[in-house]
Amino acid sequence: MTAATTSHHPEPAPLGGRIWTPFTGVLALLVVIMLAVLATRFIHGIGAVTNLSDGYPWGIWIAYDVVVGSALGASGFTVAFITYILNRGQYHPIVRPALLTALFGYVMAGASVFFDIGRYWEFWHIFVPRYAQVNSVLFEVALCISAYTLILFLEFLPAVLERFGMVRIRQKVDRVLFLLISIGVLLPTMHQSSLGSMLLVFGPQVDPLYQTQLLPLLFLSSTIGMGLAAVTVEGSVTSLALRRPVEGDLLAKLMRVGQFLAAAFLIMRFGDLAARGQLGNLFVARPLVYLFWVETALFAAPVVMLLGPAGRRPSRFFGAAALLAAGGMLYRIDAYLVAYNTGAGWRYFPSLGELAVTIGLIALEILAFIIAIRVLPVLPKMSRRAAPDPA
Amino acid sequence: MLTRRNLLKGIAGGAGAVAATPLCKEAQARGAHQLPDDAVGLLYDGTLCIGCRACMSACKEANDMPAEHTALAIGNYWDAPLDISGKTLNVIKAYRSGTATHKDQEQDGFAFTKVSCMHCVDPSCVSACPVSAMTKDPHSGVVHYNVEACIGCRYCVAACPFNVPRFTYDQAIPKISKCQLCQHRMDEGKYAACAEVCPTGATLFGPVIDLKKEIERRRSLTPGTQTTYPRGKIGGTDSFQGPVAHYVERTYGETEIGGTQVLHLSGVRFELLNKPPLPKVAPARISESLQHAIYNNLIAPLGFLGTLAILAWRNMRPKREPAPAGTAAPGPTKPDGGAP
Ligand code: SF4
Ligand code: SF4
Ligand code: SF4
Repeated sequence: MTAATTSHHPEPAPLGGRIWTPFTGVLALLVVIMLAVLATRFIHGIGAVTNLSDGYPWGIWIAYDVVVGSALGASGFTVAFITYILNRGQYHPIVRPALLTALFGYVMAGASVFFDIGRYWEFWHIFVPRYAQVNSVLFEVALCISAYTLILFLEFLPAVLERFGMVRIRQKVDRVLFLLISIGVLLPTMHQSSLGSMLLVFGPQVDPLYQTQLLPLLFLSSTIGMGLAAVTVEGSVTSLALRRPVEGDLLAKLMRVGQFLAAAFLIMRFGDLAARGQLGNLFVARPLVYLFWVETALFAAPVVMLLGPAGRRPSRFFGAAALLAAGGMLYRIDAYLVAYNTGAGWRYFPSLGELAVTIGLIALEILAFIIAIRVLPVLPKMSRRAAPDPA
Repeated sequence: MLTRRNLLKGIAGGAGAVAATPLCKEAQARGAHQLPDDAVGLLYDGTLCIGCRACMSACKEANDMPAEHTALAIGNYWDAPLDISGKTLNVIKAYRSGTATHKDQEQDGFAFTKVSCMHCVDPSCVSACPVSAMTKDPHSGVVHYNVEACIGCRYCVAACPFNVPRFTYDQAIPKISKCQLCQHRMDEGKYAACAEVCPTGATLFGPVIDLKKEIERRRSLTPGTQTTYPRGKIGGTDSFQGPVAHYVERTYGETEIGGTQVLHLSGVRFELLNKPPLPKVAPARISESLQHAIYNNLIAPLGFLGTLAILAWRNMRPKREPAPAGTAAPGPTKPDGGAP
């Protein structure tokens, strides 16, 4: 057993250990409930399990599972960008877990789209030039997300190949990895900003507090922040759960970038509102305005918390990350559902069935992550400090 | 089915399409769409409407739509839709206030309005649809729906500011429902069933240019005097004499999101008829202009990709070290440039 390089990082290795615990059992149960709801959905139609209507044709399956889910999955491309494009090799240990989270996030988003679209068996139309409608923002988003999911598979492939000792293919993949990584940065930049642009065509149906031509930039900046926050939260939780030391320095530095992006988001947002003469509407008492201020607080808190050297303490950056992720989530849910109003008389709150599917998908994602880190080389090998890898 | 090969092929094809299409389209911010030369549409004059709903049943019959049973229905026999829906493309609604004794009066009066697709000049539904299931006929301007192409994503439903496309949520094999101006009847030399059947000329079919002239004419007359109203379609033989009504200033559809091919006249303010004012600029235009600006011939994305690729290649070049061939757990070629 030799390590090929004299890297100072421990190589990733499967964790091993038991897969079935009470916790994973509960996760599996949630997945089974989801499957039951989905069976009803496919037999009796979308209306049978959702509260969707022609006033709210999109619910949490889109606003949460796709829009929020994929934004949290931005962890993959942001970390890949920092590690490989900005050449910060010290981030290596967190690349694989970040890619894996991204992969599951995107697969979950794709699955959710499949449950949500009414005529799912025609989904392939998206990929056929004959049907392509290039002016549609959704067309770009759908194509881009599909392509990126594929790229994520390929980016993660080395871990799988390594596990099964497929050296040759592994080397081939490695040779084009730089291209995969580059495409894997370009595509999310495109579709994450487009997830914001998607609201533009809704025009006056989206509240003027949220409807702006800056939507793509607001979505992109908050996505990157959310992605970094997701890596930080996940990294901390994984370390705690596995009783490993937290990658404190790395995560703290990541959250510095997150802090910068949160600040950029706030500046752009308020600047835009001022430019459009909307600041006065921020002091009208109505639910959307309250939510706006909660979002603002969630974005502002990390900026403040991470100021100064105290920002490097794990409890600080963990808290800041959690708040930033929550801010990004709320912003998306608000923009897609709360700020959307197609006229009087329509209301929407997710049904139990919709919640069961969303929760089931999240459970599936966590379950898959747990299984993956136990059987695949994802996390850096962690022999106790005193016992370094025999070289 | 979606196999991986299809997927790969598809992505290659789709990416090609994305790369190629902007080249033959206007790449930068696009201007407002214009009314097609042979555009046809409807004029709905609420002051002429008597609320008989003949247009609603004619629409059901012409488009083979099922009856809809609601709270209004008596027994199981009546079709009594309260709104357009997956089963209903056209609805006449009433406004009423106080004693509701006077027609077209805002206080203690009542008025009628029509809800159906407006056949926008720059339709949001067409701009939204990712698979070209919503299209605007370049000649007649009629906005069509092609169920064969539709994937059921409901982006059109969300996008339409008139809340027109409706979805059959109760079906396992669902589809969108929306008025297509009886295109199938036009192909037979007939025209929109709702206009054909309307006994009062309240719903009138015709070329949009002529409908606009007719609106001008009605507005130029003195309320209370008598005039001749065409019935069915404009330029037809059927007409009748009636009193000139008093209209509110706005023609609904004249400027709304860039104008529509269905135009409404009313004796009461449109806000009361649940037809709120909409911006003049089509949201589709804003959205497409921004997309085109960002993806102008894909120059920016490709430039970005090039930069990324160069940086990544530099940073990830494999180190020149002998690969330990044949080991079961080979060390990966570290794509790590090492700490700088
Ligand atoms: S048929 Fe004519 S008069 Fe009767 S409800 Fe329809 S538009 Fe009004
Ligand atoms: S009214 Fe709605 S459905 Fe009809 S053409 Fe306009 S955007 Fe499309
Ligand atoms: S539901 Fe059908 S018609 Fe509407 S946007 Fe989606 S694919 Fe197009």
